[in-house]
Amino acid sequence: MHILAFLLRRSVQAVIVMFVISLIGFSIQDNLGDPLRELVGQSVSEEERDLMREEMGLNDPFFVQYFRFLGNAVQGDLGTSYFFKRPALDVIMDKFPATFELVLGAVFIFLSLSIPAGIYCAIHRDSWITRFIMSASIVGISVPVFLTAIGMVWLFGVELGWLPAFGRGDTVELPWGWETGLLTWEGLSHLILPSVTLSSIMLPLFIRLIRAEMMETMSTDYVRFAKAKGLSTSRVRYVHAFRNTLLPVVTVGGLMIGTLIAYTILTETVFQWPGMGFLFLEAVNRVDTPLIIAYIIVVGLIFVVVNTLVDFLYTLINPMVKLPGAKS
Amino acid sequence: MISLKGFITRFLSDPVAIVAGTVLLFLVLMAIFAPFLAPQNPYDLMQLDIMDSEMPPSWRVGGDERFPLGTDAQGRGVLSTIMYGTGISLLIGVGAVIVQGVLGVTLGLVAGYRGGWIDAFLMRLADIQMSLSTLMIAIIVLALFQAAFDANTYADYAIFMLIVIIGVAEWPKFARTVRSSVLGEKNKEYVDAARVIGLPPRRIMWKHILPNTLTPVLVISTIQVAEAIMTEAALSFLGLGMPTDRPSLGSLIRSGFEFIFSGSWWITLYPAIVLVMLILALNLLGDWLRDVLNPKLRRGDD
Repeated sequence: MHILAFLLRRSVQAVIVMFVISLIGFSIQDNLGDPLRELVGQSVSEEERDLMREEMGLNDPFFVQYFRFLGNAVQGDLGTSYFFKRPALDVIMDKFPATFELVLGAVFIFLSLSIPAGIYCAIHRDSWITRFIMSASIVGISVPVFLTAIGMVWLFGVELGWLPAFGRGDTVELPWGWETGLLTWEGLSHLILPSVTLSSIMLPLFIRLIRAEMMETMSTDYVRFAKAKGLSTSRVRYVHAFRNTLLPVVTVGGLMIGTLIAYTILTETVFQWPGMGFLFLEAVNRVDTPLIIAYIIVVGLIFVVVNTLVDFLYTLINPMVKLPGAKS
Repeated sequence: MISLKGFITRFLSDPVAIVAGTVLLFLVLMAIFAPFLAPQNPYDLMQLDIMDSEMPPSWRVGGDERFPLGTDAQGRGVLSTIMYGTGISLLIGVGAVIVQGVLGVTLGLVAGYRGGWIDAFLMRLADIQMSLSTLMIAIIVLALFQAAFDANTYADYAIFMLIVIIGVAEWPKFARTVRSSVLGEKNKEYVDAARVIGLPPRRIMWKHILPNTLTPVLVISTIQVAEAIMTEAALSFLGLGMPTDRPSLGSLIRSGFEFIFSGSWWITLYPAIVLVMLILALNLLGDWLRDVLNPKLRRGDD
């Protein structure tokens, strides 16, 4: 199977998933809350309501309404937030930079720690540091992310008072409208606790994964052959073995994106981080249907794009990849 | 398959397993016998007194010996709410894993034994569902459920909803495990023999193959209970799970969180310790079980 065919197939699959998500989004809109009541309140008579209902197309058949919804969605119109009285997509996109920078910080922390730790634990299997890291990682897996968050807020925010524990601090607006907290010390200091928290839940999983994969590659024939050929130990470890360890790590990393987004909701709630997850929970409490739908669609899109990219990346970096559907 | 005697010997020679097993047994017994052991019944509104609210643990200034671990904002004894709450967390955890197991084992068995398009379809579905993340699915479904119904209806069905959602969202783990064991078993001679004497496929699947695939199921069940309890706690912490008048450990932490800054740390700390102990004990036992039951890793001593 040709690589282009694979890319095409994967893109079609992504479109199908988005189609299903939009269908879910629409059924929510169709069943949850009454847009008319949100617009006009209780004071309008029954006849006027029926007239408006007809004008707004709320009496049209399901699929007519769905395709209108889909048409608007494709053009970036996901309805107007009941609470903010602004387009729902704009409200979400205003909060996107905060969540993105939080995730970026967390990914930076756990990658820079888990890769060296994972390799170390795979090479020095029986050292006491390895045993310590492995025991600590099972404790780490067992502490829910919101408890880590509460612990961080309490210890560093309240008791010691070293770091700010709430909100994002002052942000700087970049020319294209992106509000960043990465350029000032204040913004960075606000980012530390939430991103450490978010990385703490992924860190043990990645250390264990990298260790297991590395141990497996170290015992394969080609690594033994490279050793037998007389290559230096570090070359065998880091060039030959580690490169193949990265492949499953990329795949699992892509699969974790859904979980990571879920954890941002928890982290943002504790730290009152003004991101999309925090906004989503507020929208749920206010029954702000258009905003709930917009969040689901944006998150679904992020998820689909990341997964598709990871699949492409995997195909590109792995020369031995067996494309799904290929007949060998 | 390891013998029962060998299993017990292995258990008794591993201090980590003994400690984890004891902690788990203690917490389970505490939860089961909560109605007899707890100093108060936190569900009984008649026993609550607002004058008792936010009292520190009994050994601290202002504490009361009726409430060994202090009280929360509604005047409920923290020790009693923890004992009852552990029960609810365990109930949801075990209930969800039973749902996962029944769904996953059935679908995995069918996928592995039948093969063909059923297998391809089920495994594709499993891939997609696994990548969506259980917590994310549960958050969205429960958020919609909460937005659609009023608070009382929500509170009545919360346990049921949590069990079903966490159960349905995690079936792929069991299905994949069972399927891969079935693929290893179905070409063995005893299956051929059963087929040759004309037994119906359903009987071969359930009576002959299934018993040989249960070891890995047992291993993942333990870890799955830990994960289900963790998911439930996260959902309750977000206010999407158990309501505060029938609290699980997660909702106890949620209701204590806002008082942490006014100095009432005990409302959050004690349920948090119990929650971590519960999850950790299950995870350690799960890891231990995997080491013992996995023949690949088994040492030559039994």
